Amino acid sequence: MKYLKQVLGNDLRQLPMVVALLVLLIGFHIISGGRMLTSSNMQNLISGNAYVLILAIGMLMVIVIGQIDLSVGSVAGFVAMVVAITARNFNLPWFVAVFLGLALGVLIGSWQGFWLSKMGIPGFISTLAGMMIFRGAVIWLSGSISVPAPKELQFFGAGYLPEWGPAWTNMNNSTLLLGLLALGFFVWSQWNGYQREKQAIYGTRPEMWPMLVRAIGGGLVIAYVTWLFGSGRPGTSFPIPGLVLVALIVIYHMVTERTRFGRHVYAVGGNRQAAALSGVNVSRTYFTVMANMSFLAALAGILFLGRATAAGPGDGTNWELDAISAVFIGGAAVSGGVGTIMATMVGGVLIAVLNSGLMLMGVGADRTQVIKGLVLLLAVAVDAFNKQQGRPSIIGKIMESFHKK
Amino acid sequence: MTSSVDKHDNILEMQGITKEFTGVRALDKVTLEVKKAEVHAICGENGAGKSTLMKVLSGVYPYGTYSGDIVFAGKVAKFNTIKESEKCGIVIIHQELALIPELSIAENIFLGNELLSSGLIDWNKTETLTRDLLARVGLELDPSTPIKNLGVGQQQLVEIAKALSKNVSLLILDEPTSALNEEDSENLLNLMRSLREKGITCIMISHKLNEIAEIADSITVIRDGKTVDHMSVADGRIEEDAIIRAMVGRPLDNRYPIHEPKIGKVIFEVKDWTVEDPNVPGRLLSDNISFKVKAGEIVGFAGLMGAGRTEMARSLFGRNYGIYKHGSISIKGSKVVLHSVSEAIRKGLAYVPEDRKLLGLNLLDSIEKTTVSANLRKILSNGLIDFSKEHSVAEKYRKSLKIKTPAVDVGVATLSGGNQQKVVLSKWMFPNPDVLILDEPTRGIDVGAKFEIYKLVQQLADEGKAVIFISSELPEILGMTDRIYTLCEGRLTGELNTKQADQESIMRLMTTTNEV
Repeated sequence: MKYLKQVLGNDLRQLPMVVALLVLLIGFHIISGGRMLTSSNMQNLISGNAYVLILAIGMLMVIVIGQIDLSVGSVAGFVAMVVAITARNFNLPWFVAVFLGLALGVLIGSWQGFWLSKMGIPGFISTLAGMMIFRGAVIWLSGSISVPAPKELQFFGAGYLPEWGPAWTNMNNSTLLLGLLALGFFVWSQWNGYQREKQAIYGTRPEMWPMLVRAIGGGLVIAYVTWLFGSGRPGTSFPIPGLVLVALIVIYHMVTERTRFGRHVYAVGGNRQAAALSGVNVSRTYFTVMANMSFLAALAGILFLGRATAAGPGDGTNWELDAISAVFIGGAAVSGGVGTIMATMVGGVLIAVLNSGLMLMGVGADRTQVIKGLVLLLAVAVDAFNKQQGRPSIIGKIMESFHKK
Repeated sequence: MTSSVDKHDNILEMQGITKEFTGVRALDKVTLEVKKAEVHAICGENGAGKSTLMKVLSGVYPYGTYSGDIVFAGKVAKFNTIKESEKCGIVIIHQELALIPELSIAENIFLGNELLSSGLIDWNKTETLTRDLLARVGLELDPSTPIKNLGVGQQQLVEIAKALSKNVSLLILDEPTSALNEEDSENLLNLMRSLREKGITCIMISHKLNEIAEIADSITVIRDGKTVDHMSVADGRIEEDAIIRAMVGRPLDNRYPIHEPKIGKVIFEVKDWTVEDPNVPGRLLSDNISFKVKAGEIVGFAGLMGAGRTEMARSLFGRNYGIYKHGSISIKGSKVVLHSVSEAIRKGLAYVPEDRKLLGLNLLDSIEKTTVSANLRKILSNGLIDFSKEHSVAEKYRKSLKIKTPAVDVGVATLSGGNQQKVVLSKWMFPNPDVLILDEPTRGIDVGAKFEIYKLVQQLADEGKAVIFISSELPEILGMTDRIYTLCEGRLTGELNTKQADQESIMRLMTTTNEV
């Protein structure tokens, strides 16, 4: 245990979740006769869940401030429909339609944020209203008929990176390049962190081996993932929606962990009055988080539109529930103040793997739903059981070593 | 002291009551004797043990968790719950009213004692009885009026009506008038008089000596968990000075570091500061308060509970509390208008709140995150938080303030009260303010840590900061400050040079409602 802590940091709260994820992946792989950890299955898993994970990013921040947003599914569906209809009816170029869609997301978010921050209406209520309003609006707008999406959006919703360079790599070279870059960055950051820790004025001199274990272990994982996604049938790679997701994860991880705004989000969620007395503008923080949520919902809706190639009146139904589940499986607290982007992503991927694995095993949607419900309850119960206060998750710890110490 | 009282006159006798909380003796052989149908006042400083004594009496602390005897109405009382004491006719009305705002007067009065007929609530009977009870407390209101439509004074009367519905024979009122305006206070005192005529005994905990002098038949003074004096009023007059002497009469030992102040120019000046209570329209939390603080000076603000010290401090700190009416603030000679806390911080103000856990800390945060939380700008590099800066700032304060912790990345929740307070102080030292408002900075802290905090406060003053020191402990005010202002009911009632002040003179000013 001591050695484990030296490698992974002092807080092992998220460890059960990561272990559970690995067990599920390997377990399903064996049970399904080797169909889980294949290139095509993983590519599908990522592009088929990217939009929910994007929602979960925004939802994490909403839950950290002690609120909830029930409208994200309806907002995503509504924005997707508006993009599809404006592109078709006004013959707008795809990027103009997308821009309009994102702007619409911000506008809707400002509406939700207004009710919370200026009128003091709990997010649960205002977004419940939003859920009905925008679901109704989608159906109304579309006349219950699907509307085809601009072709270019398919690239973002379900596209792959280009093929180039030598064939002897036996992989998609774009994926290989990205993998090598990630590997290089990871190893460099571990080395860098170790050096900084050595030079730090305070604290004990670090040992070298935990850093080496981290660098080699993490490096192997990155190499494996690169191979898994890059070695699929020709023309496939790490999916584009996955890349969008990764970019968002990096950005929002930085925002929540390393900006004043991020600190304010946690401060408001942890103790609103103390935050106010520390100079945090509570109502502005509320507003921004809610507005951001709808912006991400709009983005998720547009990515889904690209994948589905058409906007349907039922798109986005129940997405909010998946996003909220991901956040809570990732260890966020219902009372606010606790939770990280990284742990939320583990939670979201766990649900995705469960979905995919059960499907491979031929389990029907009905039973899948039952199992997912039980898993959510179990995860939160385990979390409540070994609750510690105020620690970042293990994933957060690993990511912290990218820049800390 | 003519206590040749016939024992049978006493409705209540509490003998040798001792109550300990882990390591702290809150009550030490307290004696309380209350005669039937009198108004009995209990006086004492904040934290003297008055409320603990009442909790023992009413069964909040069940029989067996304290030692000593309670004899009530001639019988030995062994209450295990509030319900049991209520059954015997003892009802306590707390400072914070316990009525449910959305329910009606009638529903509130019979909450928990609903009048049933064949298993269902008998609303007719409930309403008739409520009307009777309301008449007895002099409230002319419809029993179906929701509580939220009532003022605080009216709510207090409803609480009393509720007590009457339980056939109360001993009514305990904890600071009954602290939240009331003058008219409502007068009403309440009148009601207590009429209850007394009807044979109901009242115990009243109060800081307002003028009210006590007006109404009480006898007084018990408690200090540091001990009964120090018992006075009875034969001719209806009580020496306020005698109460004050009894309340504070404790020898001052050397618990404060010796300090030679280096006082400079006035750097903080407040003029005509007036703030209205957000909950009670028309009641002023601060009523035209003007004062000055010089660089290097520690200025004490003394006042009893409800005097408005915290409210004033929080309203000065970027209008964090109350409804601002008028008044101005000058820092270093220039007028500033502080609309928000962040503006106040930028202009050089800092406020260390009295309630550490509720207002001062995010208990989910680590020490380092807390330390930098009031001045995140200072640890940014390229717009992002620089963790090594954050870490070294926290380490710096850990060393200089001697915060006892294995590391600065552990949660503040794991620290002791004294160390938590040091973290809060470092949080407010980090923005390097010119004016530091400390609200009960040593509350709930052990003696050793107190001394360190005192030294730190003096050190901050020596750096040329203006320090406002709010405290309920008079010895602390006398030991720490250079000058003292007293507040009573939102008004500034006095200014004293600490060298010329003693506890009695401060207490006198704290309990007067006359303005200077």
